[in-house]
Amino acid sequence: MSELTVSVSPHLRGPRTTQKIMLDVLIALCPAFAASIIIFGWRSILLTGVSAAACVACEYIWERLMKQPITVGDLSAVVTGVLLAFNVPSSMPLWELIVGDIVAIICVKMLFGGIGCNFVNPALVGRVVMFFSFTGDMTNYQFPSMMADKVDALSSATPLAAIRAGELSWDYFGRLLLGTHGGVLGETCALALIAGGVYLCVRRVIKPIIPLAYLGSTLVFGWIFGSSHPVLAVFSGGLMLGAIFMATDYVTTPTTNIGKLIFGIGCGLLTALMRTFASSAGAVTFSILLMNLVVPYINDLTAPKPFGGVEAK
Amino acid sequence: MNLPKLHGVHVPHRKNTAQMPPQRMNAPQTVTIPMSMHIGAPADPVVKVGETVKVGQLIARAGGFVSSPVYASVSGKVKKIDDMLMSTGRFMKAIVIESDGEQTPYEGLTPPEVTDFQSFINAVRDSGVVGLGGAGFPTAVKLGVKDLKQVEVVVVNGAECEPYVTSDTRTMLDDVKWIRRGIELMQKFMGVRRVVIGIEKNKPECVKSMGDMASAMEGVEVMALPALYPQGGEKVLIYHTTGRIVPEGKLPLDAGAIVINCTTLAALAKYMDTGMPLVEKVVTVDGSAVKEPKNVIAPIGASMQSLFDFCGGFKSEPKKVLYGGPMMGIAVPNTDFPVMKNTNAILALDEKDAILPEPTACIRCGSCVDACPLRLMPAAIEAAYNKRNVDRLRELHANLCMECGCCAFVCPAKRMLVQTNKLAKGLIAADNAAKKAEADRKAREAAEKAEKEAAVK
Repeated sequence: MSELTVSVSPHLRGPRTTQKIMLDVLIALCPAFAASIIIFGWRSILLTGVSAAACVACEYIWERLMKQPITVGDLSAVVTGVLLAFNVPSSMPLWELIVGDIVAIICVKMLFGGIGCNFVNPALVGRVVMFFSFTGDMTNYQFPSMMADKVDALSSATPLAAIRAGELSWDYFGRLLLGTHGGVLGETCALALIAGGVYLCVRRVIKPIIPLAYLGSTLVFGWIFGSSHPVLAVFSGGLMLGAIFMATDYVTTPTTNIGKLIFGIGCGLLTALMRTFASSAGAVTFSILLMNLVVPYINDLTAPKPFGGVEAK
Repeated sequence: MNLPKLHGVHVPHRKNTAQMPPQRMNAPQTVTIPMSMHIGAPADPVVKVGETVKVGQLIARAGGFVSSPVYASVSGKVKKIDDMLMSTGRFMKAIVIESDGEQTPYEGLTPPEVTDFQSFINAVRDSGVVGLGGAGFPTAVKLGVKDLKQVEVVVVNGAECEPYVTSDTRTMLDDVKWIRRGIELMQKFMGVRRVVIGIEKNKPECVKSMGDMASAMEGVEVMALPALYPQGGEKVLIYHTTGRIVPEGKLPLDAGAIVINCTTLAALAKYMDTGMPLVEKVVTVDGSAVKEPKNVIAPIGASMQSLFDFCGGFKSEPKKVLYGGPMMGIAVPNTDFPVMKNTNAILALDEKDAILPEPTACIRCGSCVDACPLRLMPAAIEAAYNKRNVDRLRELHANLCMECGCCAFVCPAKRMLVQTNKLAKGLIAADNAAKKAEADRKAREAAEKAEKEAAVK
């Protein structure tokens, strides 16, 4: 008989892998991707494709140079690339987007040890760097071509700006759901993002705790702080994309359910605060990043109590 | 009971042999019977090389209080008594008996005389029965409680939550009479008032057979539990059947409970009525490399290979061979290892099942935390172990881990979390030993110093 393998139990492993999880996230992003093509045109495909390719290339080249095992097969870099592209307007120059990709993958992910080791969300930091480096291009929100003939509150500004000015009413709810208004690629169509979120929950890739806590608390705190339309605000800006796809990143969010709840509410509070009292642009990004930073403390405070555990003297 | 349930994982059942009544195999040419098939001191051989033995004859007596006697499983001649490699990697004394093929029972076998608790416990000790569910803890020690009032409930473990394994299933179907007898003996001599039989719901025929039995008895109830691994883990089973929590570092008895495996109970009862001690075991032989999976009645000491041969050999080349189920089973380097008292299954896995995926980086998804029945944080334990942070490991209660494997099963990064937790326990133990040695040294030095000072005065 040939040699037998000897290893520690268990000798049976579940079907789930990191790659399958990331693939599910990509599938969940597909409705929003499709919406962005319909709303903003073919450039959406170009930006998303280039961004994903750039992220994968960054990770691959880094690992080759550092003589590390190649991990691009886990698809996490593709997810980062797609999310970054979803955060830029369709007119964004390609090279500027690639700068964001490099920052996200090299500075935030690989320098800290690769997948699982980053302490903040790579895509969000990439977005922040782009936002401050190329503010003009990042805020050059494109208006859907199919809406060119309609001039109204949504044509000149983003829905969030319109809410701040008190110019948005329930009439626009349908357009917020469909995403036919000015904004960045992946965040305008709330329906597509919600569909992706539901898919992730059904596939048990994420639990609905963080998105619900985040969206719910943004609504409640927005109302408390006197937003002109707290409900529409939930469907505006980057909140839906952030709450479903950014604030649920495993690496940078708490592990326990109660920790997730605290994290979600914290994000919502910060978002409502920033949207009301500071600039509406980037409120979601900074809220999630700030909450990312306190995750280790949330994890410590919400650690589960071991079954039958006796405290050490 | 509306207590929150403990977590676990849905493992594939693969109970291919559940419908197969056990078949008795012929005695193999030789059997190798280790002196340590239980937790505690090894047994002391009482036979010499060349001596003739018969089935059920004592060949080694208990080597201490926490130990168990060993009996010949075949009739024949003692060929040698020598050290052999055990699955733990240690060498252990074993008695090799060459079978004469007759399986002649020993003449001196008579049912023990049991009149009270003490004689009952003595008989349990003489039966050679140990925890047959896998742990191998001497049953006489478990049942020999100082104060019988402590035993408020006895939980009979029929959960059998490991994939593949069906030997307990067969006991609950084929040996109802012995399980019943076992419970009656415990009721009579230990004053047990409440007995709960816990069975996973995926064995409805067992729930029915045990339910029928219990309805004709007093103080016995059957609980059908969700098929959620590790339902048969001692602490998990006690909690889900009675709501009692066994505190860390304590025994079930401290929570007023005793857990006994259904096959252990049946083996005890058999000895009480027939005088035949534990010399054979029903073993599930299965796995993707086995040609005809079966339940086999095998003499203790029969080599794994002889059981595989009885099951038609291999249909594909085995790449991994296990004692027990795939979740907690122990992999062995060859098929010469013997069936032991606590062997409930042997599995041979083909290449596809044997080669596990390579671990990748932890993505902190928290699946392990969600899966752990004891609410530990396996990924945090791994991180603390990698930093050799013993204090943090204590804080995380790494010692509480029962190594059920739920965390490693669900981990998408395929981390070897059980292996790491075993190493973590070793690190804590080494640290405890070092601390104790240091304290002892200080105490000794202080005593010497005091002595010198006294001498000066």
